[in-house]
Amino acid sequence: MNRQIIRALAEKDIAEVAQNRIAISGAVILSVIFAVVFPLLITQMPILLPESDQPAFDDLQDLIPPQLIDELADLSPRQLPIVLILGYLMAPLFLILPLMLACIIAAEAFVGEKERKTLEALLYTPATDGELFVGKVLAALIPAIMYTWVNFLVFTLVTNLAGYPVMGRFWFPTPSWLALMVVVVPAVALLGVAVTVIISTRVRTFMEAYQVSGALVLVILVLVVAQSVGLLFLSPLVAVLVGIGFFALDAVLIVAGIRTFSRSELIARV
Amino acid sequence: MNSIIRVEQISRTFGTITAVDGISFSVEAGEVFGVLGPNGSGKTTLVRLLAGVLAPTGGRAYLFGKDVTREGVYVRQRIGVLTETPSLYERFTARKNLAFFARLSGIPDAEIGSRVDAILSLMNLSDRADDLAGGFSKGMKQRLAVARALIHDPQIVFLDEPTSGLDPEASRQVTGIIREMAADQGKTVFLCTHNLGQAQDLCSRVAMLSAGRILAQGSRDDLSERLWDAVPLEVEFQGPPPAGVLEAILRIEGVTLDKRAEVTLTLRVQHRHQVPAVIRAAVGQGGDIVRVSPREYLLEEIYFAVQEQGRTAA
Repeated sequence: MNRQIIRALAEKDIAEVAQNRIAISGAVILSVIFAVVFPLLITQMPILLPESDQPAFDDLQDLIPPQLIDELADLSPRQLPIVLILGYLMAPLFLILPLMLACIIAAEAFVGEKERKTLEALLYTPATDGELFVGKVLAALIPAIMYTWVNFLVFTLVTNLAGYPVMGRFWFPTPSWLALMVVVVPAVALLGVAVTVIISTRVRTFMEAYQVSGALVLVILVLVVAQSVGLLFLSPLVAVLVGIGFFALDAVLIVAGIRTFSRSELIARV
Repeated sequence: MNSIIRVEQISRTFGTITAVDGISFSVEAGEVFGVLGPNGSGKTTLVRLLAGVLAPTGGRAYLFGKDVTREGVYVRQRIGVLTETPSLYERFTARKNLAFFARLSGIPDAEIGSRVDAILSLMNLSDRADDLAGGFSKGMKQRLAVARALIHDPQIVFLDEPTSGLDPEASRQVTGIIREMAADQGKTVFLCTHNLGQAQDLCSRVAMLSAGRILAQGSRDDLSERLWDAVPLEVEFQGPPPAGVLEAILRIEGVTLDKRAEVTLTLRVQHRHQVPAVIRAAVGQGGDIVRVSPREYLLEEIYFAVQEQGRTAA
């Protein structure tokens, strides 16, 4: 594979998505909500809520996964919600970020090009089918992962700085979060891309593709609910296993995607 | 002769529809070859097949002696394609559009800037190089799309309806560019069009397509000879031709009278080489000739005659 071609394709798709107002405003809104508003709200909750609110504290106690009871035993009632929510319950919810961005960019790269009738000229270039596919996948994958990691950094800063008055130390990130960022985030981003590639053969517009692939958020919500009700606890090991599970699913979907991504099939649909 | 394009019984079907139906032809290097036909006759499908982006359901096509299906990358490195719609990235500048395609064609990064500047200048787009393509007029978009097809200096250029939807001024500019690329740059041009005037102006040979089949192919002279057994010939005299002139002319075998006006005779001759005999006969009877014009059939006349024959045969 020719790296110059792959790089040119990926850079072009990223430049195109950077000019898509829907994509950029969606990403900015998600960033503000996830990396700033959530940690600010949760870290300020102990200050805003009266300390004597024992029923609320008891409810939180019920949410602690059995594996964490010992670990969280030393925390004060003011510290517990911060660590429990931001340190554990929030973790799977953060996966919405790579997923959504990967879906947006992949929809732009695979369907937007068809919608704006620019695909045909691209197919007449010497780029091979494999180079076109890899270029477009990387165009979605790399920004989605980088975007999530940048948001994770902001989330870390806000959580530690805004939570310092209550926590008295910098405690974030936890090992589970790190495992999530390193293993699960790339796997989930790839899932978003792979599903969008498959969908792209059946839809005609960017918005259609984005809406259909957006349904993948349900997968993340399953993880969130499973962790909230105690069915699953994302320890570092479990996070790595979940990541491997997603990568396996990605592999199957990517193979299916490559089969649909042949020049001859694409041009017949232009 | 070594054909740069050789097509053998190529076909393509989409479900129950046959877009291209067992077509064969060849194109020589440096030739401007025209493919004429109504919308839906298979012109665009043919370009896609020849560029190796659409797999044929039957037959083979060879460009530069290579099978386009098996060696698509080799072929696409050496061809440029102007698609029916300009297919530009409208949110990018003209320069960025060209630089992107230059990179995809494998032009080294260090050369891209000068290559882009040169082609923009050739297309008279230098002063708009850094403007977004989306803001260009139709003619400018088309010139930019031509620039994109030529950025990697291809040996064969496929042009699919290059002047479709353009105003006369823009159309003339694009036609001029095509003429230049054939005459000055020695490129082989494969021109798909239903602009018959443009095809007559530019093409050395044409193939006429209908419903995915070639109805006729060849040069204008070849085609008109095959269609008609006579060539119209106008002979104009200083004044009304003297008595005996017409009789002397009509004594030549294969020459007939089509129309007689005060000072002009419109004749039909079987071959152009009979024209000197016509002149000798007229002058021999004292006719003062001021003009003799063997009128060639227009490509438009040939086209409609071929299409009509095709319909009759069907």
